Amino acid sequence: MNSSAPGRQLSSVERVALKRESRRNILLCTPAMIVLFFAASGPLLVMLVYSFLTPGDYGGVVYKLSSDGWFRVFFHQDIFDETVSVASAHLSIFWRSIKLSLLTTIAALILGFPTAYFIATRPVKSRNFWLFLVTIPFWTNLLIRTFAIMELIRNRGLVNNVLMKFGVIEQPIQMLYTDFAIMLGMTYVYLPLMILPLYASMEKLDFRLIEAGYDLYANRFRVLRKVIIPLVKPGIVAGSILVFIPSLGAFVTPRVLGGGKNMMLGNLIELQFGQGRNWPLGAALSISLLLIVMVAMLLYVKNMQKNKGEQN
Amino acid sequence: MGSTVATSVIDVSKTFGQDKDQVTALDRVSVDIRENEFFTLLGPSGCGKTTLLRLIAGFEHPSGGKILLHGEEISHLPPFKRPVNTVFQSYALFPHITVSENIGFGLSMQDKPANEIKETVAAMLKLVQMESLADRRTDQISGGQQQRVALARALAPHPKVLLLDEPLSALDYKLRKEMQIELKTLQHETGITFIFVTHDQEEALTMSDRVAVMNQGRILQVGTPKEIYDHPAERFVADFIGDTNFLAADLNQSDNGRMMVTLPGGRTVETTQSDFPGAGKVNITIRPEQASLINGPSAADLSGTINNVVYSGNDTHVHVMLESDEPFVVRVQNRGAQSAQWESGQAVGIKLEPGSVQVLQD
Ligand SMILES: Nc1ncnc2c1ncn2[C@@H]1O[C@H](COP(=O)(O)OP(=O)(O)OP(=O)(O)O)[C@@H](O)[C@H]1O
Ligand SMILES: [Mg+2]
Repeated sequence: MNSSAPGRQLSSVERVALKRESRRNILLCTPAMIVLFFAASGPLLVMLVYSFLTPGDYGGVVYKLSSDGWFRVFFHQDIFDETVSVASAHLSIFWRSIKLSLLTTIAALILGFPTAYFIATRPVKSRNFWLFLVTIPFWTNLLIRTFAIMELIRNRGLVNNVLMKFGVIEQPIQMLYTDFAIMLGMTYVYLPLMILPLYASMEKLDFRLIEAGYDLYANRFRVLRKVIIPLVKPGIVAGSILVFIPSLGAFVTPRVLGGGKNMMLGNLIELQFGQGRNWPLGAALSISLLLIVMVAMLLYVKNMQKNKGEQN
Repeated sequence: MGSTVATSVIDVSKTFGQDKDQVTALDRVSVDIRENEFFTLLGPSGCGKTTLLRLIAGFEHPSGGKILLHGEEISHLPPFKRPVNTVFQSYALFPHITVSENIGFGLSMQDKPANEIKETVAAMLKLVQMESLADRRTDQISGGQQQRVALARALAPHPKVLLLDEPLSALDYKLRKEMQIELKTLQHETGITFIFVTHDQEEALTMSDRVAVMNQGRILQVGTPKEIYDHPAERFVADFIGDTNFLAADLNQSDNGRMMVTLPGGRTVETTQSDFPGAGKVNITIRPEQASLINGPSAADLSGTINNVVYSGNDTHVHVMLESDEPFVVRVQNRGAQSAQWESGQAVGIKLEPGSVQVLQD
C-alpha cells in the first residue's frame, strides 16, 4: 500500500474502507500471534526471571533473588580459595559458537548459491523435482542424519577407509570430534535453509537483466557481482539469518560430532540445565545467546543499509 | 550516407530444439546493413526478428553461417566482447541502481576513467532529456522515461551498432509517435547504425532508411520504404505493407519490346518493372489509393459494382466487385462531396494511375 501524501484528507469512504481492511488484517494474524506469544514470549520471560534466581540443590530454582547466574556467565570463582577470574572457558565457547556459525553460514552460502541458481535456471517443470530433492533430508530425524555423518568421518569410517585403501593416506585422518566435523554437520543440516530462500529470490530474478549486463560489457564474474548478487540480496540475507541463528544455538550436531570437548553454546546451556544443575546460569547463558543474535542482526541490518547508502 | 557495410549477415540459420521439437527460426538469411543506416527488420510475430537481433548481439549462436562486424567475424565472441548494444523490448533496466548508474554501467564495465563516465552520462542525460531524474531509481519513473534511459544506456558506450527490439511497442500511441521522431533524430545525431525491429509496418516506413521484410525465418525483400511499398516483390510483402488489391492477369511482351499486363476485363497497361517472373499468367497488386472511381465503363481500366462503402475518417474505402468476380478496394479521399456520390449497388469504372500495376514474383 502506498503511503498517502502528507496532509491528504481521506474521504469518508476511504476511511471506512481503510478501517475495515486493518480490522481484517488484525484478524488474519491473531491466531499466529497468540501461539507466538505463549510459545516464545512466555518461556523467554520465564528464562529472564530464572536468570536472576538462586539454583536449587537438585536443579530447578529457589525463589531468592541473586545475580550469581549472570556473574558466572563471565567470571569464574574458585571453589577453594574463592579467587575470581574471567570465565575463559565460557568466553571461548561463545567465541567458538560465533566463529563456527559464521563459517557454517559462509560455507552454506558458497554451496547453496550455485545450487539455487542451477534450480532457478531449470525449466519450470523440473524445478519442483530439484526442490523436492533438496528437502529430502528433512524426512529423517536430525539425530539419525548426524550419526550417519559420524559413521562417514570417524577414524574407521567410510571416508578414511576409502582413502587408505587407495593409498592416499597411511593413517586415518582425525575428522570426528573436531571443529571441522561440527561445521560439516551444521552446513549439511542447514544447507536447505540457505538454498530455499536463495531459490525464492532467484526465481523472481529477471534473466533479461543478466543479458543486459553481458550486453553492456560485463563479463561473467562482473555480472555475478554487479547484477545477480545485488538483485538476490534479499535471499542471501534471509538464507544467512536462517542458517546463522540455528547454528549459534545448535546442540545435537556439536554434541555428536564435536564430542565432549568441543562444546558450543547450545551444549553449555544444556549442561547447566542437566548435569550442571545451575538453571539460573543456563538461563543467563540463553539470554546472552539471544542478545548475541540481536546484536548480530542489528549489525547486519546496519551494514545492509550502509551498502544501500553507498549505492545511491 | 556512407555505404560501407557495418554488419554482414551471411547465410545465417538458427534452429532451436532437437528432433521432433525442432523450430527453424532463421533459414539461410543474408543481409548487409550499411554504416550510419536506420535499418528495420519488419515482419509478423514469430518470423525470427528477435532471433536475428540476438544472434548479432551474441545471446544466441548461429546453427549455420556467419556474422561480420566491419568485415571481422564476430560469431564466436561472447556478447560482452562485441561493440554492439541492445535496447531491450522490456527495457531491462537495473532496478537496484539509479538512472545515472544505469546509463554509466556499460562505460564502467569497460573500465573507463571516472571523469569520462561522468561526462558521458551527463551528456546522455541531456540527450534524452532526463537530467532532472538522474538520481531516481528506475522503478520510480514512467514507461516513456524508462524507454529513454534504456536508449541512453545503450548509446553511452557509443556502440558500432545499436540493436532495438520493438522498443516502442509498450508505449501508448501518442508517446510512440513522439519517440519515433526522437529515435530518428538521435540516430541522425549520433551517426550510429541502428537495427530496429518492429511488426508495425507504418513505423517501419516512417522511420527507416531501409527495411527488410521477413516471414517464416526468411528475408523476403530489402529496400527503401518507397521501394518496398511501391514495388513489393512478393504477395506477402505487398499484403503486409499496407492495404492492397490482388488480381490475376496476363503478362506479355508487345511487338516493340514493352511489357504489357492484360487486366481482367481485357484492358492492357504497360509496366516499367525490370524484374519479371516470366511471361504468362501472373499475379498483380494495385494499391487502393492509386485507383480512382469514374462513372461509366468507357474510359475505365476495370469495371464492376459497388458492394460496400466504408467511411474511415480521412478517406472512404469503396469496395467494388469486379466483373471478373474479384474484390477490389478503392480509397477515395474525403474532400468535398467526392465520396458522397458513391453508394452500394452502383455500377462504376476504375481508373488506374500510370505505374500503379505491380507484377508479383509469386
Ligand atoms: N529459445 C527458443 N527456443 C525455442 N524456440 C524459439 C526460441 N526463441 C525463439 N524461438 C522460436 O523461433 C521463432 C522465431 O522467434 P522470434 O522470437 O525470433 O520471433 P519474432 O519475429 O521476434 O516474433 P515477435 O514479433 O512475436 O517478437 C518462433 O517460432 C519462436 O517460437
Ligand atoms: Mg520478438
